Amino acid sequence: MKITLDADRCCAAGQCVLIAPEVFDQRDEDGVVVLLDAEPPAGQHDAVREAAAVCPAAVIEVRA
Amino acid sequence: MTGLPIAVVGASAAGLAAAEALRRFGWRGPLTLIGDEPHLPYDRPPLSKQLLQGAWAPEKLLLRTADQLAPLDLDLRLGTRATGLDVAGRTLTLDGDVGVSPLAQGRERGTLRCAGVIIATGVAARTLPGADRIAGVHTLRTLDDALALRGRLANGGTPGSEGVAAGGGGRRLVIVGNGVLGCEAAAVARELGHEVTLVGIEATPMAAAVGTEVGELLAEEHRARGVRLLTGAVDGFETAPADPAGGGDRRVTAVRLAHGGTPAGEGRASGGVAAGGGGAEGRLLPADLVLLAIGSRPGVDWLDDPALDTGDGLRCDAYCAAAPGVYAAGDVARWDHPVHGRPLRFEHRMNATEQGMAAARNLLAELAAEASGPAGATAAAGAEAAAPAPERRPFAPVPYFWSDQYAVKLQAYGLTAGADRVETTVLDRAARRALALYGRDRSAVGVLAAGLPPRQVRALRAVVAAPLPWEEARERIAAALAAG
Repeated sequence: MKITLDADRCCAAGQCVLIAPEVFDQRDEDGVVVLLDAEPPAGQHDAVREAAAVCPAAVIEVRA
Repeated sequence: MTGLPIAVVGASAAGLAAAEALRRFGWRGPLTLIGDEPHLPYDRPPLSKQLLQGAWAPEKLLLRTADQLAPLDLDLRLGTRATGLDVAGRTLTLDGDVGVSPLAQGRERGTLRCAGVIIATGVAARTLPGADRIAGVHTLRTLDDALALRGRLANGGTPGSEGVAAGGGGRRLVIVGNGVLGCEAAAVARELGHEVTLVGIEATPMAAAVGTEVGELLAEEHRARGVRLLTGAVDGFETAPADPAGGGDRRVTAVRLAHGGTPAGEGRASGGVAAGGGGAEGRLLPADLVLLAIGSRPGVDWLDDPALDTGDGLRCDAYCAAAPGVYAAGDVARWDHPVHGRPLRFEHRMNATEQGMAAARNLLAELAAEASGPAGATAAAGAEAAAPAPERRPFAPVPYFWSDQYAVKLQAYGLTAGADRVETTVLDRAARRALALYGRDRSAVGVLAAGLPPRQVRALRAVVAAPLPWEEARERIAAALAAG
């Protein structure tokens, strides 16, 4: 799995951090998403896919 | 047996989420996505922010590119309107333009019999009688709306004038309606240098959504930026003939208020915009441009089957089902929230996605049960081929919404509208940092943060995941803030 972000579009909802805290974080100053692990282990894949699906700004792209 | 399609009506955030979830959850049968706009699915929150400001091009609002949509194998019908639904027969009536966009596989008028239907037709902007025939009077709901208004703001507001860059400024914009949309647009227009008057029936901006104290904090920010705030009801518009060259509709010159119109928040600094009209101030508001931001109507007009309840949106059960095989999601859906125990309808971006996914899951579960049940005649090939059937689950999200105005970001979890108790703690008035707790029937049901760091905001979500005794909620909020 490889994750890419279009952080410029991020609306700082923070849902990705709630769902996959080992993969995503937020910048303290404005809440914009930070990618902690662009190629997370298999155990994280379901959570990452859910985060991508739920993201209200469609910021997270996941490639198999 | 040939598989019937699942049709998703509405190609915005909720509809797209439903379509994607149907595939993700194993639907391999035909999948039709119907949208009445000609555009690929795009995101709406930036319309009143980055797009209106001119910071983003329209392409940036696309939720998916054509390449990203391709794996879904959609029968995508853009520029197509659903005009009827026969619930018992699960049959849609469609009215489409043909070939309105590169991806539209435009179909002529006709009917479409479906295995299941997900209705995600959203809401339409409310307007005032005759307003659509007055040049310079706008609404802001669709991409085309936003581009039209942006064009007027960028070129100085004059129909047809060209060549002035974004930020041309100097036009008189009257925004009717001081809810979330009106406030966001006011912030953008003010930052572009226009003279902005925000008129609302409510004395306090966004009061219906967030209460008067947070609303007043926002009002202070708008005044400090030079927005003129008025309380009043709109009676109509003054117009002048169209420009001789234009030959079109009459153009707006002023907004007429029904009862005068009083400055909102008496005794406060009125900001930098000079009020016009002298003694009759407010009665007639000179305007080059008007934005009507007076709420919305759920997109249910086309649903005339008596099996459906369409009062204030499409009524659904806790599973987002409006009828057997018919589900709804997003702004249009009013469903029984299992935690809050009453029907709710949200026009929140997050809810669109989450409910689209929930409706997809539950529809597939129902179709799988139909296929395996004694009345399996309606089984669709797609359902048979699906992965192990998901089970239907009540849709019980923690509602979330945000709003950006100037540098102020509001984020709220749970229910903030309709509260019978609000406790607001202003942490830093100048920085517009605040926290508010919203209650109903002696329980805390919502929480809002302005200007708090992300870690603290996230921690607030759990506090209002379900109604909580008021004192316990206060203690948990204090703990969440201390931990942050």
